[in-house]
Amino acid sequence: MSKIKIEDLKKIKERVSAENALRAGERRVKVTVHMGTCGIAAGAREVMNTLIGEIDESGVSDVVVTTSGCMGLCSREPLVTVEVLGKEPIKYEHVDPARMRQIFRRHVLEGEVQTPFVLAKGREKTD
Amino acid sequence: MLELSLHILDIVENSTRAGAGLVGISVEEDRAADRFRIEISDDGPGMDEETRAKAVDPFYTTRTVRRVGLGLPLFRQAAQAANGSFSIRSGARGGTTVSAEFQWSHIDRQPLGDMASTLGTLIAGNPGVDFVYTHLRDGAAYTIDTRDIRKEIGDVPLDHPDVLRIIGDDIREGLRNINADQ
Repeated sequence: MSKIKIEDLKKIKERVSAENALRAGERRVKVTVHMGTCGIAAGAREVMNTLIGEIDESGVSDVVVTTSGCMGLCSREPLVTVEVLGKEPIKYEHVDPARMRQIFRRHVLEGEVQTPFVLAKGREKTD
Repeated sequence: MLELSLHILDIVENSTRAGAGLVGISVEEDRAADRFRIEISDDGPGMDEETRAKAVDPFYTTRTVRRVGLGLPLFRQAAQAANGSFSIRSGARGGTTVSAEFQWSHIDRQPLGDMASTLGTLIAGNPGVDFVYTHLRDGAAYTIDTRDIRKEIGDVPLDHPDVLRIIGDDIREGLRNINADQ
């Protein structure tokens, strides 16, 4: 890693520490991109890229991203689960970058479930 | 899967889900010897000999939600299709190493693809795990070690969007500098 980048990291540390002092890291939404072999083969990495880009662009700090394994519905991949705190998780199927953007902007940010892409409601088993 | 970087993502996800804390990803391109080698090693719990032997069988999986496990078989197939070889070393005492070798110039050798996205996805999904990615190309080297980054950012998480962006930029730039296959 280059010297300039290390300087950039130090700047991020100073800035983020100042931000954190203002709002004590609340987590409002958890977004899970299913990253099993089936998900990866179907395009989950591009979906993850889009999601990270959207979070970066919108500047929100209360959205947590994570990955999980296959839940046995490989033909519906890529799958994304959106869990708004205190609400039932919503699972979206056949997610591509365009769907991911729409899900992020409408559901994650505005709380409006994107019914046309919904596969299921509720929790699953992944192992 | 059409890129080696997608296989790498898949195999490293195995490591993190098995509880690894440190995963090494090494890519070696030696064009004089016409070899392209990928090695992924973790400090996870490892596999006993019976499990290791079954791991490349597509009809073996530790999961209960489906009856097939294709990650390692697909990676092995990608190596074999490119006049290469594949091996898994593991001990019941811990640690697993998956190695795949390819003929660099083989028409069926998949391109490496987008390693910056693979690392970004791995870090975003597993911010507690450390990754060391080393890429050698004909003697030139690029390395990124998330333990070094953690030292600089203190209590800022590794998956903070600004940190992920810097890591992605560094990988893209570093691989361009050594002319790595993409």
